[in-house]
Amino acid sequence: MSDTAHGHPSGSSSARLMPTGGSATAALPPVGSPRSRGIGWRARLEIAALSGPAILVFVAFVIFPVVMAGYYGFFRWKGYGRPTDFVGLRNYVTILQDPSFHEALAHNGIILVLSLVMQGPVAIALALLLNRKMRGQSLIRVLIFVPYVISEVIVGTGWSLMLASNGAVNALLRSWGLGGLTQDWLSDPSIAMWSLMIIITWKYVGFAVILFLAGLQGIPEELSEAAAIDGASYWQVQRRITLPLLGPTVRIWAFLSIIGSLQLFDLVYIIWGQYVSSTAGTSTMATYMVTNGRNAGNYGYGNAVAVVLFLISLVIALVYQRFVLRRDTDGALTGSAK
Amino acid sequence: MSATTTGTKARARVQRASGGRTWGSPVVYFLALVLVAVMLAPVVYIILGGFRTNSQITTDPSGLPNPWNLGNYADVLSGSTFWQEVGNSAFAALVTTAGVVALGLGASYVLARYRFRGRGAMYSLFAAGLMFPMTVAITPLYLMVKSLGLMNSLAGVILPQIAFALPTTVIILVPFLRAIPDEIEEAAAIDGCSRLGFFWRMVLPLSVPGVITVGILAFIASWNSYLLPLFILNNEGSFTLPLGVQAFASQYSVDTAKVLAFTSLSMIPALVFFSLFERRIVGGLTGAVKG
Repeated sequence: MSDTAHGHPSGSSSARLMPTGGSATAALPPVGSPRSRGIGWRARLEIAALSGPAILVFVAFVIFPVVMAGYYGFFRWKGYGRPTDFVGLRNYVTILQDPSFHEALAHNGIILVLSLVMQGPVAIALALLLNRKMRGQSLIRVLIFVPYVISEVIVGTGWSLMLASNGAVNALLRSWGLGGLTQDWLSDPSIAMWSLMIIITWKYVGFAVILFLAGLQGIPEELSEAAAIDGASYWQVQRRITLPLLGPTVRIWAFLSIIGSLQLFDLVYIIWGQYVSSTAGTSTMATYMVTNGRNAGNYGYGNAVAVVLFLISLVIALVYQRFVLRRDTDGALTGSAK
Repeated sequence: MSATTTGTKARARVQRASGGRTWGSPVVYFLALVLVAVMLAPVVYIILGGFRTNSQITTDPSGLPNPWNLGNYADVLSGSTFWQEVGNSAFAALVTTAGVVALGLGASYVLARYRFRGRGAMYSLFAAGLMFPMTVAITPLYLMVKSLGLMNSLAGVILPQIAFALPTTVIILVPFLRAIPDEIEEAAAIDGCSRLGFFWRMVLPLSVPGVITVGILAFIASWNSYLLPLFILNNEGSFTLPLGVQAFASQYSVDTAKVLAFTSLSMIPALVFFSLFERRIVGGLTGAVKG
């Protein structure tokens, strides 16, 4: 956001240029002047009153707990009373040497890459499809977003019943004469990750489509109309005009998807529970954190895992912002942060 | 991506040869139909499963209800657990939404239309919140809620939810509020409208689309929220629906049909809410995505 757009330097001058219409305005000579004079006590008060509550709640319930996670991470602590058993970096050493954390980290990496690869192209195709004028479009749009709107618990419960070894998917395969394809979808370690990816794609592709549709709506129709007049085909218009202009939206989506993949917890925890996920090969850093932290009663250790998880996300996010999002000078995340 | 682009290039050539723009229609409809089927199949499975009996499900897991059995739904709807959890979820979601909109609007207005030192820092503070997902803060949050005496109380879920929804809200609303032309504000000022008066009379009505978007997102996030209630709400009386679904699923693990009925009933409110406002969500995000 550029500061010039915001200033109101012209506020008072244009007010003065206005013919003083009535005594009411004339009686208030400094109309707009608190604004032009910079910050008066009144503006300060307004700023404090309007943004104070939000900042207070945000700092108290987001920033403070995150900072405390960093603090608790240095202790061996069971969650009762104040943490006193300071162990320095020992929790972190344990984490970094624990093979099951390495596995969880690797799973997060796989999920991150596969999410981008599986959802991105599909979502772009869907958004282009749904952006065409067609009958029943709004109905189709609502229906496609259904998986995104229903909760992880419902998705997890439904899919684990369907994918159970005696569940609907295997029964369907058998009745189609494809009995050879039946699998232990959830417990076979060589397949479970793919089952998870299918569920994730199914659940979250709608979100990507919503974002892309919003991005597509921001592209002026005149551009594609002009191109069409110049003889460009539908596909040429999409490839040369729509897709490049959709770039910033895609990059923001990818950012959100990456963060989401690193933090993945609900679906895995609901479908595989706290123990099975590691043997099925679907554990994530977050499930590792809850299992070895809170559920094991080791709050200090759990917090240290949270810090590691946070640092990994932060580094990846910063690298991404630095090298990818930066191209979008007026992107929603980077541009406005200045 | 490169595979897709070469594909499109080839198709573009075909397209140019065949000319018109209408050929795609049946193909497009067919694709849309397949897509909808894939997206809905699991949901339909859950809903239909609720109309079956357990023996039907055991003998043929993928079959249709035959005969249709309303008993599962009737059982769930006549029990008090379901309604209590609906009440808890609705209360938490509505208060969260109201809080997010009120606090988010105030902060976004300041960020969008006041010029003061520290504004950039304030925006960065909220934007950084995107990188602090609840997963990271959950343990200290739990300890904090515990020390505030809010365990097993919906307030212990609502306050953190408001806080964690603020970053998205601010990021979506700021461009909205900034898009209101300065001229309107100047005109209002000339007419003797204070900046707060301007906020009430002009900004609120003009920002309704953005507010609806963030409101719906906050509502759905709260309705579906799992991790936080899992930590904070431990007694059944305070359970929200997601916890209820899970508790129900483990309590009646042998009664698959009833679990499916419970599950399908619990997804209705979010679905209704979303389908009513879907257009608004896409519209509201347009501003945010474009920056």
